[in-house]
Amino acid sequence: MSVTKPLPHDSARLHVTGAARYVDDIPSPAGTLHLAFGLSPIARGHITGMDLSEVQQSPGVVAVLTAKGLPFANDVSPSIHDEPLLAAGTVNYVGQPVFMVVADSHLNARIAARKGQVDYTEEPALLTLDAALAADSRFEEGPRIYQKGDAAAAIDAAPRTVEGTFELGGQEHFYLEGQAGMAWPQEDGGMHVFSSTQHPTEIQHKVADAIGLPMHAVRVETRRMGGGFGGKESQGNALAVACAVAARLTGKPCKMRYDRDDDMVITGKRHAFRISYRAGFGEDGRLQGVEFLHLVDCGWAQDLSLPVADRAMLHADNAYLIPNIRIESHRLRTNRQSATAYRGFGGPQGMVGIERVMDHIAHDLGIDPAELRQRNYYAPMQSPDAPPGEPQETSGQPADPDADLASRGAPAQPAKTSPPPKDVQTTPYHMPVEDFILHDLTAELLKTSDYAARKDAIAKWNKGQTHLKRGIAFSPVKFGISFTLTHLNQAGALVHVYQDGSVHLNHGGTEMGQGLFQKVAQVAASRFGIPLDMVKITASDTGKVPNTSATAASSGSDLNGMAVKAACDTIRDRMAEHLALQHQASPGDVVFDNGTVRIGQDEMTFEKAAMACYQGRVSLSATGFYKTPKVEWDRIKGQGRPFYYFAYGAAVTEVAVDALTGENRILRADILHDAGASLNPALDIGQIEGGYVQGAGWLTTEELVWDNTGRLRTHAPSTYKIPACSDRPDVFNVNLFDGQNREDTIYRSKAVGEPPFMLGISAWLALSNAVCAFGDAYPALNAPATAEEVWRAVRRVRDGV
Amino acid sequence: MALTFRLNGETVRITDARPSVTLLDWLREEKGLTGTKEGCNEGDCGACTVMVTDSRGSKALNACILFLPQLQGKSVRTVEGACGPDGSLHPVQQAMVDRHGSQCGFCTPGFIMSMVTAHANGATDFDDQLAGNLCRCTGYAPIIRAAEAAKDAAVPDWIAGEATFSFPEILRGEAEGRGAEPPMLPGSADELAELYAARPDATLVAGATDVGLWVTKQLRRLPQMIFLGGCDDLKGIEVTDSTVRIGAMADMNALRAAMEPLHPSFAEMLRRFASQQIRAAATVGGNIANGSPIGDTPPALIALGATLHLRKGDSRRELPLEDFFIDYGKQDRQHGEFVEAVSFPRQPNALKVYKLSKRFDQDISAVLGAFSVTVMNGKVSAARIAFGGMAGIPKRAAHVEAALTGQQWDEATIKAAAKAFDQDFTPMTDMRASAEYRLETARNMLARYFADLNGQPVSVLEVRP
Repeated sequence: MSVTKPLPHDSARLHVTGAARYVDDIPSPAGTLHLAFGLSPIARGHITGMDLSEVQQSPGVVAVLTAKGLPFANDVSPSIHDEPLLAAGTVNYVGQPVFMVVADSHLNARIAARKGQVDYTEEPALLTLDAALAADSRFEEGPRIYQKGDAAAAIDAAPRTVEGTFELGGQEHFYLEGQAGMAWPQEDGGMHVFSSTQHPTEIQHKVADAIGLPMHAVRVETRRMGGGFGGKESQGNALAVACAVAARLTGKPCKMRYDRDDDMVITGKRHAFRISYRAGFGEDGRLQGVEFLHLVDCGWAQDLSLPVADRAMLHADNAYLIPNIRIESHRLRTNRQSATAYRGFGGPQGMVGIERVMDHIAHDLGIDPAELRQRNYYAPMQSPDAPPGEPQETSGQPADPDADLASRGAPAQPAKTSPPPKDVQTTPYHMPVEDFILHDLTAELLKTSDYAARKDAIAKWNKGQTHLKRGIAFSPVKFGISFTLTHLNQAGALVHVYQDGSVHLNHGGTEMGQGLFQKVAQVAASRFGIPLDMVKITASDTGKVPNTSATAASSGSDLNGMAVKAACDTIRDRMAEHLALQHQASPGDVVFDNGTVRIGQDEMTFEKAAMACYQGRVSLSATGFYKTPKVEWDRIKGQGRPFYYFAYGAAVTEVAVDALTGENRILRADILHDAGASLNPALDIGQIEGGYVQGAGWLTTEELVWDNTGRLRTHAPSTYKIPACSDRPDVFNVNLFDGQNREDTIYRSKAVGEPPFMLGISAWLALSNAVCAFGDAYPALNAPATAEEVWRAVRRVRDGV
Repeated sequence: MALTFRLNGETVRITDARPSVTLLDWLREEKGLTGTKEGCNEGDCGACTVMVTDSRGSKALNACILFLPQLQGKSVRTVEGACGPDGSLHPVQQAMVDRHGSQCGFCTPGFIMSMVTAHANGATDFDDQLAGNLCRCTGYAPIIRAAEAAKDAAVPDWIAGEATFSFPEILRGEAEGRGAEPPMLPGSADELAELYAARPDATLVAGATDVGLWVTKQLRRLPQMIFLGGCDDLKGIEVTDSTVRIGAMADMNALRAAMEPLHPSFAEMLRRFASQQIRAAATVGGNIANGSPIGDTPPALIALGATLHLRKGDSRRELPLEDFFIDYGKQDRQHGEFVEAVSFPRQPNALKVYKLSKRFDQDISAVLGAFSVTVMNGKVSAARIAFGGMAGIPKRAAHVEAALTGQQWDEATIKAAAKAFDQDFTPMTDMRASAEYRLETARNMLARYFADLNGQPVSVLEVRP
C-alpha cells in the first residue's frame, strides 16, 4: 500500500536540482517569438486613436496587433464574454492590455510595448465600493440574498446585539512563477499549447475560439505550475490565446510570460469585501439572529465573481448554528483588475465575517471567545433520521450555446434539488450538517495548545507592560467541499499498463505544488499493489483526458483520485479475469499486492502478469470516470446541497503588538486539522503549514494599495509584502486530526488545499485580542491588519480616536 | 569585451556580451541553464539566487540584478552546480527532499543556493540567511527544518573547492577597453577617479542593487558603465581610537559586522536591511550616493555625526553627510565626483536605530529613526536625531534636537519635544504608510528611545513565545 505514506513530492529531486521544467524552461525551437502587451495607463475611457508606428519600428519587432487585427473571438473571459484579449474601444482599468507586440526576444517585446501612443478620452472611474454602489455598477440584476428564518425579527427580539462594518482587503496570489504560455503551430493549423494553468480545458476552449477551430485542433499540456492558488484558473487565458493568435499569424512558435510587475498590474486578485453585520444573542452568547451585508469588489469584468461571492455567503455561518440569518451580497463592478479565484474562493471572506461577529460578541459579554464559539457550534456528527423531501425544480438558466461550460463562471443548468429532511440541523442554505466533528477537535486542540493556562499567563504579562501586549485567539474552520456549479464535479483518468508492468498515469488534475500527482500515483500503485516507481506520472494533457474541470475548489485528489481508481480497477478486473481463467481460479481470488499477483496457490510478479495478459490479448488501457454523488444546488434560491462534505480544522495563535508603532508578529500557532484518512500526511501537513502562513499574510502584511487614479501602487515584491521566512510562527505545531471521511471519498480522505488557509484567521483575531489589552473599547480591526492598522486600532481602544 | 569567470567549475570566457546583460538572462537564454528562475527581476524574491565566490569568500547573490562584468575573476555556482560531478545531491538538497521543503518548486533553486552558501560559510542564522528567498507554498517551516538537518554535514568537496580556485590567466588589462562598449573595470580608487573624470556621464555600478532595476524594470540603456567591484581599496572599514572610516565599496554585511561591537542597534537595523543577497551586494557608498529619501544608512550615519568624503579626479572634499542631501533627487555632488568614504567620530554608544516597515525583513522603511542623545548629569548635553521616510531627503530633526538640548532627560521633556516633530517634518502618504502614521510613529520613536535607554523592552522582536 502506498496510500497513507508520507512520501516526498514526486518532483522533489527535480525541484532541488533545478531540473524541474516550467513553461519558460521548455527548450523552444529556433525562431520562437516572444510577446508583450501594451497596457492602458488610465482606469476608464475610450480609445480615440492609436499610433503604434514606434512600436512597429522598435528593434526586433515582427508584428503588432490590436483588437481589430484579431481573426476570430476577442474573448478571454471565463464567464460572460465581457473580457476581450485586447481592449476594443473602451478601457476599464489601469493595466488592461490594449495592443500586443510580437518580437524576437522577451526584452525587445517589453521595450516595444512601452512605445505605443494611444489617445483616450477619460471617463470618471469607479474606484471605490461606494462609487460603484452609487452608480449601481454591478453584476447580476441586484443583490443575491440567502436566508433562513427571520433574522431581523430575531435580532430585534434578542436581549443583546452588536453591529459593525469593516474592510477586508484583497490579496495578490504571488505565485513565484508568473503567468506563462507557449503555442506551437501544427501542420494543419492546429495548436499545441503549453500553459501554466490550473485549467487546461479552459485554455483549450478559449484558444480554439480565438483561432476559429474546434477544440480537437488544440492540445494543451501542463506538467506543473510554479504555484497557482487560484490565480491560474482563468488568468492564463490571455497569454495562451495571444500566443496562439500570434503563432497562427506568423507560423512560428510564440511564447509569452509576464514580467512580475506586469503580472501584478494585469491579473486579478482575491476579492476585497466590505462586510457589515448585525447580530442578536442571549446573555449566554448564543446567537439568535445574524444579518450580513457583503459588498464585493469584483473589478471590471465578471470572471468568476458570482460563484466567489456565492461561496462567501455559503461560509457566512462557518461552524455555527444560526437559527435566523440573512446574507445580502452585492457584486460590484469597479475599474480595477477583475478579481478572480483565490484559495478559498470567497469562503475565507465569508468566514472572516462570522468570526468577527464572534469576536465582537465575546468582547461585549466578556466571555472567553473559544468558549463562546463552542456554545454556538453545530451539534456533533449525526445522521438524518428522515428521508429528504420531494425534489424540486431549480432556477437554472437556459443554455448559452457559446458558454464555456467547463468554467466555474458558467451558468447553472436547471436541475432538481431536494429539501432537507425535517428536524435536522441545517446551514443557512438549508443543507443538513451531518459530519460535524469540531467539538472533539476543539477540545483536543485547546488541551494540546494549553490555551487556558497561556491565556492567563498572557493577561498577567500584559499587566506589566506599557507599550507591548500579547494576544491569543482560537478559531475553527468548516469548509464546504465540491464545486458549487454541480456539473463540474466530474473527473476523468487514463491509465495504461505496459507489457513490462510499468504504468502510465494521466488524469484531469494539474500539479501546482500541492502534491496531487504524487497522491494520485499512490492511489494507482495501491490499486495494482506495485511499488510507486513503477507508476509514471505524466503531464496533464487535453489530448489524453478531455473535458476536465479546473484543479480548484480543493477537489483535485477527491475527483482525480477516484477517476484513477476506477481506471486502475477496470484494468485490474480484466487482468484478474484473464489470470483466473488461466489458473482455474475465480477472479475474486486474484490478489494484487506487494509487487506480485497471487492467483490461488500461484504467484507471479506484476510484470509477468502484465505480460501474460498482453499475450492473452487483454486490453491494458482504460479510462476512469468519477462524478461526486449527492450534490445538488440552486444558487438563485440558495437551497440544496452544494457540498458533498465539510473539511474541518482549528487553530490557536498567539501574537505580540507594539502600541507605539503597531508592529506585530506571530509568536506561536497550534493547529489541528481534519484531512480525513490522509492519503499522504507529509503533503497534507505541507498544505496546512503553507495555507496558514498564506492566510495570516492576507490578514496582516499583504496590503494592496491603489492610488486615486486607479493605479496599483503595490505591483512588485518591493511594495507588496507576503510573509518572509521569519514571519512564520516561532513555535508552529501542526497535527492531523485522527479520523476518516464519513462520505465515501478516495480511501476516506478529505480535501486539504483550501481549508487550512482559513486557519490564518486566528492570527487576525489574536491581534484584535492583543489590542483589547490597551483599553475597554472594541478594536474593530480592519484587514489587512498592517502595523498601521493595528496602531490605529490601539488608538481607538485606548484614546477613543 | 572580454570577461573571464568560472561557472560550475568550468572556465567561461565571454567576448561579445553587452555590459548590461544580467547573469540571469545569460544563464537562461545563452547557456540554457534554466534551473535559476526569474521570480521578480528586481532582487526581492531570491528565485534567481546563485553563489559567487572570490578571494573574500562566498556570497549568495541575486542573478537577476547582477551584470556579467561584476563576475570578472569570480566563480559562480548555479543550482545545476550544487550537485556533485557524479550527480550526488548536496546535503541541503537531500535535506530539502527528506523534509518536504519544496512544493511548487519554483523558489526552490534559489533557496538551495542560499542554503548551499550559508552551509559553506557555516552560518546557521537561517531566518536571516533566507530572508531574501520568498516561498508562497510551504510557510517556510519545512525549509528551516531542512536547513537545520543539514547544518552539521561536511561541506562537499565541489563546494569547498570554490574557495581555492585561481585564474592565473586573468590580467585585468585583458578585460578593459575592448570592443565598442568596454566594461570599464577600474582596479583602484585612483583608476576610478581617472576614468570617471574623463567620462562623467558614465553610470557607476557598485552592487547594482539599484542600477540593476534601471535596466530590468525601467528598461534604460546605459551606454557607459563603470564597474567598481575591482576597487578593493574602497572596501575597507577602518576603526581607530578617534574615527571610523567606511570605504564606499564596503558592503552592508561588512558594515553590519563592523557596527556590531560599536553600535549594536545600527547592526541590528542592518540585519533587517533588505536581505542577505542584497546586503552582500549593496554598498554604503551606493546607499548614500543615490540620494534616496528611504536609504537606511544615512539617518544612522547622520545621527553619528558622519562626514562624507568626495573625490573628483585628484581633488577631494569633505562635508557633513546631512549637507550632501539638498532636495529630493538632488545631492551636492559634482559631475564626475564620487563618494570615496564616509567617516564618523568614535563616541560612547547612545545610538538607537528604529526601522519601521510593513514586514520586518527585506522591506523598505516607511519610517527610519536614528537617535543619539547624550545625557550628562541628568540633562541632555547633545542630541542628534535623523529620519528617513519623513521628507524628500534623509533629514535631521533640528527642532526636536533643540527642544531636548539642555533639558532634563525625563518624560516631561520627551513629551514637550515630541511636539516639535510638526516643525521638522511634513511627511507624505504613499503605499507604505499614511502621512499621519509616519508623523505619529516618528514622535513615538522618541518615547521608545527613552524607554529603550531605561532598559525596557521596546520591540515585539524581543518577545518570545
